[in-house]
Amino acid sequence: MAEAQNIPAGSTTAGSIAVAAESTVATRMSAPPSFDVADFPVPHGREEEWRFTPLARLRGLHDGTAVASGEGVKVEVEAPEGVTVETVGRDDERLGKAGKPVDRVAAQAYSSFEKASVVTVAKEAVLTEPIRIAVHGEGGVAFGHQVIELGAFAEAVVVIDHTGDAVLAANVDYVLGDGAKLTVVSVQDWDEKAVHVAQHNALVGRDASFKSVIVTFGGDVVRIHPRVAYAAPGGEAELFGLYFTDAGQHQEHRLLVDHNTPHCKSNVAYKGALQGQDAHAVWIGDVLIQAAAEGTDTYELNRNLVLTDGARVDSVPNLEIETGEIAGAGHASATGRFDDEQLFYLMSRGIPEAEARRLVVRGFFAELVQQIGLPDVQERLLAKIEAELEASV
Amino acid sequence: MATLEIHDLHVSVEAENGPREILKGVDLTIKQGETHAVMGPNGSGKSTLAYSLAGHPKYTVTGGTVTLDGEDVLEMSVDERARAGVFLAMQYPVEVPGVSVSNFLRTSATAVRGEAPKLRTWVKEVKSAMEQLQMDPAFAERNVNEGFSGGEKKRHEILQLELLKPKIAILDETDSGLDVDALRIVSEGVNRVRETGEVGTLLITHYTRILRYIKPDFVHVFANGRIAESGGAELADQLEAEGYDKYVKGGASA
Repeated sequence: MAEAQNIPAGSTTAGSIAVAAESTVATRMSAPPSFDVADFPVPHGREEEWRFTPLARLRGLHDGTAVASGEGVKVEVEAPEGVTVETVGRDDERLGKAGKPVDRVAAQAYSSFEKASVVTVAKEAVLTEPIRIAVHGEGGVAFGHQVIELGAFAEAVVVIDHTGDAVLAANVDYVLGDGAKLTVVSVQDWDEKAVHVAQHNALVGRDASFKSVIVTFGGDVVRIHPRVAYAAPGGEAELFGLYFTDAGQHQEHRLLVDHNTPHCKSNVAYKGALQGQDAHAVWIGDVLIQAAAEGTDTYELNRNLVLTDGARVDSVPNLEIETGEIAGAGHASATGRFDDEQLFYLMSRGIPEAEARRLVVRGFFAELVQQIGLPDVQERLLAKIEAELEASV
Repeated sequence: MATLEIHDLHVSVEAENGPREILKGVDLTIKQGETHAVMGPNGSGKSTLAYSLAGHPKYTVTGGTVTLDGEDVLEMSVDERARAGVFLAMQYPVEVPGVSVSNFLRTSATAVRGEAPKLRTWVKEVKSAMEQLQMDPAFAERNVNEGFSGGEKKRHEILQLELLKPKIAILDETDSGLDVDALRIVSEGVNRVRETGEVGTLLITHYTRILRYIKPDFVHVFANGRIAESGGAELADQLEAEGYDKYVKGGASA
């Protein structure tokens, strides 16, 4: 999509590349990272990290009024051999190793969860089947914490499915040992009233590869905050995302890749389609290349396709570079619109209207879907995209 | 033999102060194998005629009829018109994000032909059509019209014309914005389609330049929303020499 073309009325695309001695990624947050909710003031909505989020629809997750109820969410883990699944208490020392909560809701989740689940893949275990985690909302409020830890040279695929109705705040830690390979697919296929706010922290070991695929279809408000940092040189992170935002939905993906270590790579690609009145997608892509992170290679991209009037996109890539000794750094963001002229053009070539829309949306997502590398997940996503389109036409 | 009959066609567009009539009673009959050039000054309604025939929603038909072999074209949706055999090569082809040229061409050929073309012959067909239009094969993987130069857009339109093989081809200012080389290549493409004898061509243009490459059987002067004069190819020569002045004045005093 050509940059800055066909930008619909309800969209903004802003970006910046800053060369700074001191990180503004950190300083523009309202409070430093902390495990304790008391360290964060209740947000009023004008803070940089909250200014796009409809706080009134968070059902109290941000101001302490949301209280965990008995029937929050049900979590089922299906794991192949070589995997240890445990439910542990708050004092387990493996919790919180990949990163601290950076905002009030993440800290609330960390301060409020009772039991955490820890999934461990043993050193050098190479799984042939994915680990499947089903998170099903039972209509209540829940705070969660999940750890997925891979030993050195272990390889695993984890598919996390979010369904049902819930008000859920959670932190997820991914800890990758040296040379480990982890692919995580997190699908947010919530019922229409669900609220889901989550911070994902990945700590990538020496020469390890982390791939995150975030897929958001459902929910009233979904706000996911995937973050990556590197424990040692040679790590790679691919962060892919795909969202389909319908009328009234707020779907927000905020990313941070913290290049704190030399010779690491990151590649971020998020694509979203929007349709319907007050569909709102937010994408914040922060990449920080610290002074020590020589030899960094990073690229981030966000593309949005607006299918109807009334939708809004806010897309903000932000690349901050504190050293010139890097292999590459870039970002791109564009929002395009599928409008009546495009529809007319396709139809004037004999293509019926519904098929014209399908063609455009499938084409838009196809390249990204192919990069996921998991055929059954890819097929499911394409089917889901078709279903979203059917529902709209 | 396919025939497009336009009779007393009136078309309005929505303007700031209510509907404004652009076409004021157009009569024109185009038969398969014939080439009609419609020439006229800017703002005379030529493009409105083209888009109205293709069914663009911006234009409202307020009177008259358009039939293709007796079938009511005005009753058809945009895609139905295309499948019935009406093709519009646009002056400003539209960019379509996310859709590759190859996917687009195959989807439209499938829609127009009523079945998916056999993959092996299709690939050859597209390849040879692209070669003839001197289009780089890498073109097929680009998104429809996205970042195309003016000349590339027009070649892409003619590529579709060659692949979709319509009964009636409407070429809306296909010559505009083309240098001489591109004009020749594009015209050769149009001529290949005409030489089959199976297409009726409505060539809409402001300039006589393209008529050196594409010889019309009939020339119509379009002024003030209707056809002011019709004749043979010699009428184009007269326009080249005298310009549109007398028609514009005539329109103003009418």
